[in-house]
Amino acid sequence: MAFTNTEKNFKSASPRTFVGNYKSPAFIDKFFHVITAVSSFLIIAIIVGIFFVLLKESIPAISQFGFIKFIFSTNWDPVRELFGAGVPLFGTLVTTIIALCFSIPLSIGVAIFVTELAPEKIRGFIGGAIELLAAIPSIIYGMWGLFTLAPIMANYVEPFLQNSLGMLPVFNILFRGTPIGIDLFTAGIVLGIMIIPFSASIARDSILLTPQILKESTYALGTTHWEVIKDVILPYSKYGIFGGIVISLGRALGETMAVAFVLGNKNKLPTSLFDATTTVTVKLANEFTEADKDLYLSSLFYLVLLLFLMSFVILAISKYFLFKSKKAHT
Amino acid sequence: MKGLGYRKFKNHFFASLCTVMTLCGLFLLAFILIDIIIHGIKGVNIELFLKDPAPPGVEGGGLRNAFIGHLLITIFAVLLGVPAGILGGTYLAEYGRNNPIAKFIGVFADIMVSVPAIVIGTFVYAIVVKPFGHFSGFAGSLALAIIMFPIVLRTTENMLSLIPWSLREAAFALGAPYYKVILQVVYRGARAGILTGVLLSLARVIGEAAPLLFTSFNNNFFSTDMKKPIASLTVTIFQYATGPYDIWHNQAWAAAFAITITILIITLTARYIIKGTHK
Repeated sequence: MAFTNTEKNFKSASPRTFVGNYKSPAFIDKFFHVITAVSSFLIIAIIVGIFFVLLKESIPAISQFGFIKFIFSTNWDPVRELFGAGVPLFGTLVTTIIALCFSIPLSIGVAIFVTELAPEKIRGFIGGAIELLAAIPSIIYGMWGLFTLAPIMANYVEPFLQNSLGMLPVFNILFRGTPIGIDLFTAGIVLGIMIIPFSASIARDSILLTPQILKESTYALGTTHWEVIKDVILPYSKYGIFGGIVISLGRALGETMAVAFVLGNKNKLPTSLFDATTTVTVKLANEFTEADKDLYLSSLFYLVLLLFLMSFVILAISKYFLFKSKKAHT
Repeated sequence: MKGLGYRKFKNHFFASLCTVMTLCGLFLLAFILIDIIIHGIKGVNIELFLKDPAPPGVEGGGLRNAFIGHLLITIFAVLLGVPAGILGGTYLAEYGRNNPIAKFIGVFADIMVSVPAIVIGTFVYAIVVKPFGHFSGFAGSLALAIIMFPIVLRTTENMLSLIPWSLREAAFALGAPYYKVILQVVYRGARAGILTGVLLSLARVIGEAAPLLFTSFNNNFFSTDMKKPIASLTVTIFQYATGPYDIWHNQAWAAAFAITITILIITLTARYIIKGTHK
């Protein structure tokens, strides 16, 4: 192989008369240019392809149920072929909100700790360890959630919440019911753990962009460490932190396996956080290969289309914030 | 202005709060990893790798079919996704670096990295499984390749951009055409970085289950035919962990253990490589 290559190289070095010949450098260069360009344009082709394929597959459901009716209807009756996305969309929304409530304080705390507070020597180690959370596959989170976290939630955390916060108004509705562990709350917590590394690492990167001189001049005014963090670093890196949170939101929205284990698949609007329900992704994972009728499958594709559009818009928003944060720093 | 004592108290309070948050994060990581190791190590034995599943309820049996199937799906995914990703990244960093469309593609690639895996699974179902009329290992590989592609593309682009422009100019000055500069100078300088990107994308897809559910599906028997449904570890974990038998749960934990260890090794290797080159 090496030999033939050198031979080609030798030939390609010969005079310009070879231009246009398939062995000439100009031709090979053109060829390489084209295949790299085609490969990168595949990205756009795939994204546009996903959109149109999903749209085409969901047309029967769209024409049958429309948009508004579909997203607000809580029906899901394969026998009578009545489908609506109300319950899975609501489930997705609630699990995502719980996940964010759990992960935002943790990830910002971690980001501040590894950039400002931790001793120099262990910063890299702790940052790396937190990022390992992102390396664990979602199916492992799901399994861990089902076998380990769900019993802990059912036996300790949820009864505790019912007996403390559950006594207050509003919370007594959120926390009512028998704690079984397989519910919205557990699913939200598992998701929240999963998305910590995404928001934490982006927050860390944007905090690190704060110019040293800005921090030092604030210290020179006699401020405490926390005041520097609160009044200089956080305002300076707010777009980056927000962008990271939005990315993690996109992740939580489309996560399948982690939730599939701990949420059951029950097409009923939940009455409390300790109630099993379903999300868009869980419904897909459980029913997609079982859909025997065209309208049934088409309705599932409609759900995928909605999920794709939601995550696309959310990720585009996060890109906008990260772009703004980059711009603010240059 | 509040008193210094109050401000100092506030300082310590929030510093401790951040420390506690970090400890929580580390605790969760340790909790999950130790849990997997404790549960998983019990189920790991030689039969797990050498035997096919026993009928439900019968003792013994292993997951040989799932290990082999998973390996095959991943190999074909790498063969499809990695070259496309490296070439695409090359375009963004080299030929197309001044092209506004290249920047646009970069943004799209970032978005595609985070598109839910299950969406890609259903997409491949619609374009491959439905027309052919049956699930297949190749469909699974295609789904994983689509997930790997933007990751490899983005890291390749970033790594190539790190190579100083003067290095390319030096090669141009010797009369080398651009493709040769890329192949022999730029790739050589960036190969550790590119390898890291490939490893990280590999670590990401090895643990994916959602895109395989609708593409390669599952198979309870040993098969190496990629044109037919084929077993994979992640789908097997999903089936076994939600199933009713204790032996299934044990095997699911063992498979989870094997996957997690593999991914951690790949991830740590990737980090080690990138650390080595930046010193």
